[in-house]
Amino acid sequence: MRKQSRREFIKVFTLSGTGLFLAAYTPMNAFFNKPGDEPKIFSPSVYLKIDNNGIVTVTVHRTEMGQGVRTALPMLVAEELEVDWKNIRVEQADGHPKFGNQQTGGSQSIRRTYDPFRVAGAAAREMLISAAALKWGVDVKNCYAEKGFVINKSNGKKLGYGELVDEAAKLPVPENVPLKDPKDFKIIGQRIHIMDTPDKIYGKAKFGIDVVVPGMLYAAVQRCPAIGGSVKSFDDSKTRKINGVVDVVKISRGVAVVANSTWVSFKGKDALEIEWDLGPNANINSEDIRKNLQSFLNEAGSDIQIIGNPESDFSNNTNIEAVYEVPFLAHAAMEPMVCIAEVKNGKAELWAHSQNPQGLRSDVARALGFNEDDVTVHVTLAGGAFGRKHTNEYGLEAAEISKATGKIVKLTWTREDDMKHGVFRPASMHKLKGSVDKDGKAVLFSHHVIAESITAQRFYRPIPVKDSDIKEGTINLEYNIPNMKITGTIVPTHVPVTWYRSVYHNQNPYAVESFLDEMAYAAKKDTFEFRRDLLPDDSRLKAVLIKAAEKAGWYNKLEKGRGKGIACAECYDSFIAQVAEVTVKDNKLKVDRIVCVLDCGIVVNPDSVEAQLEGAIGFALSAVLKSKITINNGGVVESNYDDYEILTLDEMPKVEIELMKNTYKVGGVGETGIAALAPAVCNAIFAATGKRVRKLPVELS
Amino acid sequence: MPEYSLKVNGKERKINVDEDTPLLWVLRDTLGLTGTKYSCGEGICGTCTVHINGKAERSCTLSVQDVVGDEITTIEGLAENPDHPIFKTWIDLEVSQCGYCQPGQIMTLAALLNENPNITKEEVKETMSTVLCRCATYARIDKAIDKLVEGGK
Repeated sequence: MRKQSRREFIKVFTLSGTGLFLAAYTPMNAFFNKPGDEPKIFSPSVYLKIDNNGIVTVTVHRTEMGQGVRTALPMLVAEELEVDWKNIRVEQADGHPKFGNQQTGGSQSIRRTYDPFRVAGAAAREMLISAAALKWGVDVKNCYAEKGFVINKSNGKKLGYGELVDEAAKLPVPENVPLKDPKDFKIIGQRIHIMDTPDKIYGKAKFGIDVVVPGMLYAAVQRCPAIGGSVKSFDDSKTRKINGVVDVVKISRGVAVVANSTWVSFKGKDALEIEWDLGPNANINSEDIRKNLQSFLNEAGSDIQIIGNPESDFSNNTNIEAVYEVPFLAHAAMEPMVCIAEVKNGKAELWAHSQNPQGLRSDVARALGFNEDDVTVHVTLAGGAFGRKHTNEYGLEAAEISKATGKIVKLTWTREDDMKHGVFRPASMHKLKGSVDKDGKAVLFSHHVIAESITAQRFYRPIPVKDSDIKEGTINLEYNIPNMKITGTIVPTHVPVTWYRSVYHNQNPYAVESFLDEMAYAAKKDTFEFRRDLLPDDSRLKAVLIKAAEKAGWYNKLEKGRGKGIACAECYDSFIAQVAEVTVKDNKLKVDRIVCVLDCGIVVNPDSVEAQLEGAIGFALSAVLKSKITINNGGVVESNYDDYEILTLDEMPKVEIELMKNTYKVGGVGETGIAALAPAVCNAIFAATGKRVRKLPVELS
Repeated sequence: MPEYSLKVNGKERKINVDEDTPLLWVLRDTLGLTGTKYSCGEGICGTCTVHINGKAERSCTLSVQDVVGDEITTIEGLAENPDHPIFKTWIDLEVSQCGYCQPGQIMTLAALLNENPNITKEEVKETMSTVLCRCATYARIDKAIDKLVEGGK
C-alpha cells in the first residue's frame, strides 16, 4: 500500500462503487518489540465504510473481552465523522498484518487508536463535505457536517452521507484534517451503551466456545500433569469403546480425543490410560520455587534505576527493611480456552477468542509449514481474557488435531485443563529497604525485584535485567526521595508465565506502596500526608491522591477493628489512588469500601471506564483475599473454582469512583484499577490490626 | 443411543444422546442453544444456570434423564420477552462486561424473583453470591438487585 508522509496516513479505496472505504495508519508502538529491534512500521488501521444508506461500519481490530472496545473505537470515528450513533455498525477484523498491531493488551486499545481513528473519521467528514460542495457548486467553507448530513449554510439544503459516498470516493484525501477541540465533543465523554450488551444478555452473542462450523467435531486433550512432561505411551482402547468417539491422536502436548460432542470428548479423554514421562520438573514444588526466589534476597541484584547515592551512610536514621511476596496466579476467565480449526489442502482456518490473532496466524503457519496468507484467523468475543488469551498454545493444539485427523475440530479445554495447563502470573519476591531521618523525611528507598521475566521466558532469554519487564511499576517513581535504588534479579522458572491483567503492576506497586506505608509509620507521619508531601506539586499522581483522601473522608475516625489504607500508582499513562476501608473481626477480613480516583486524561466512555475500575477492583481483590496457584510434583495443584477461589458478590466492597476531568492525552484504563488495590487494602488491614501483610493472599490467623 | 424427548423453551425436542450426557451439553451441542455457557462443569460457578420447572438449576450437573418431562427454560427462552425487567435493568445499568456469565446471573435471579415475590434483597444477594463473575461485575449486579427487589433493605 502507498504510504503518505504524515503522522497518520490516510488512504481511500472505492468499494465496488458503493461506498467510501478509509483506512488510517499509524506506526506500531514499541510495546512488543524486542530490545534492539529497529522500530517496524506495521499498519494498525481501522476501516471505515459508509454505504449508500449512510450506514457507517467500523472494523474493530482489537478483541472485545468486556472492556467495551467494540463501542469505544467506533465512538472515536463517529465523533469526528459527525454521524448519528444509531447509524454506526461494527465489524470484527480477522487477524491480518494489514491491521498493524492487533494485540489487545497493555491497556493500549484506546491509547493507540485515539488519534488515527479520529483522523479517519475527520478525513471522511472533510471528503463528504467537499463532495457536497462540488455537487452544489459552492465553496466548502459554506458547508458543514452534522448528524450524517452535509448542510449548505446559505440555503439550508442537506445531502445525506449515503448520497455523497460515490462522489467523495473520487476525491483526494485531505492532508491535514482539523480535529475537534475536546470542548466540542458530542460523543467522546458520553455514557454510550455497549453495542454488544443486548446480544450478550439474551444469550445470542457468540463467544469462541459458541462458534459452530458445519461438519465440525469436538476435541479434548489430556496433557501431562507435570509441566514439561510428555507422553511415553498410551492405551486408548477404553476411549475408543465410548459411543461417539471418532479418533484418538497423539499431539505435541498430549493425547487428543475427537468425538461427536464436547461431552463425549471429555469422557474419552478421561478414559485414556497414559504413561507419562514426567520430564525434568517432576520433583519441583512451590516451596522449592519460593526458596529459589528467597536465595536472592541477600544479593544486590542488577541495577535498574539508581538515584542519588543509595550507598551513603544512613546509620543515624531510622532504617527499616521488609520482604514481600506473591504467588503464581491463574487468569481463570469464565470461558475456558477454545479454538476451532480446519486444516485442509494446505490452508488453515481458525476461529478463536484470541487477544493476539496475528500471532496465532503466524504461529500456526510456522507449525504447519504454511504461508501466513494460507492461514485465516477469525476473532470472536472472549468470555474474559485478562491476558490469558494472548498466548497461542490452544490454537496450535486445535490446528495440530485438525491436521492429524483431517476433520474440522472444536477443541475445548475443560476447566481443569484451563487451571492446570495454562500460563500464569509470575510469583515474585521483593526486598525493600528504607531510611527516614530525624525529621521524618524519607531519604532512602530501595527495592530489589526477584521474579521471572515474562519477556525473557516467552521470547528473548537472556535479557538484561534493566531492559526487562520486571521493573514495571517500580521505576520512575515520582516520590521525591533523594536516594533510590531499584534492582532486579530474573529467576527462570519451569512454570509458564504470561501477562495477567496489569502485569508487573500487580506485584510491584503492592510492594512499593505497602513499604511506603511502613516508612510513613517509621517517620511517625500520617500515611496519606507522608505520600502527599513526597510528591511534586504539579504531579497528577499527587492530585488523585489528594482527591481520593478527600472523597474518602481520610481523617474520619473509624471504630476499633476497622481501618483505612491508601495507595497510589502510575499505570499505563494513567494515575490512580485508592482508599480502602476494612473491618477485621475474629481474624475475618471484610473489605467494606473502596474509593477510587483515576486520572486517565480524556475519558472516552465514562461508564465503561467506571465499569473497568469496578471490575479491576474485584479482580485484584480475588488475589488479595484468596487466589493462589500451587505447584506440586512439577504441576499445578488447583483444578477448579473450588480450590482456586475468586471473589463473590457478597465479598465485593462498595466502590466509589471519581474520574478527573482534564484534556490530557488518553491513558490506559483496563488494568490501571488493579495497581493500587492490594496495597490500599493491606495498608488498611495494618491500620485496623497492626498486622502488616507482606504475603498474598492475606492470611490473618 | 437412547432417544429422549425434552421440553425446552416450550417446544418438544427429540434427541439421541447417551444417558449420562449433562443437560448443558445437550443444550449447547445437540440443540444449538449456546446461550447457556460452560465454565466449571461441576456446579460451582452457576454460569450454566437454566430453569427446571421454574427453579434455577445448574445444567452441567443434571443429566439428560434427570429432566425428561420437565419444563426446561434457557436464557433464549427468557429472552423471548426482551422487556423482562431484569433485561431492561441489565441494559440500563450496563451490568455486563465480557458477558459470559451473565445468562447464568440473569437466570438465577429470574428464578428467585419468580418463585418468591416477597423475597428480600439479603436473600437474593446470598443466592447470587454463588454465581461467579471473573470480570467482577458485582457492583452493578448489586445495584440491579437493589432496583429489582422490593423487600428488605
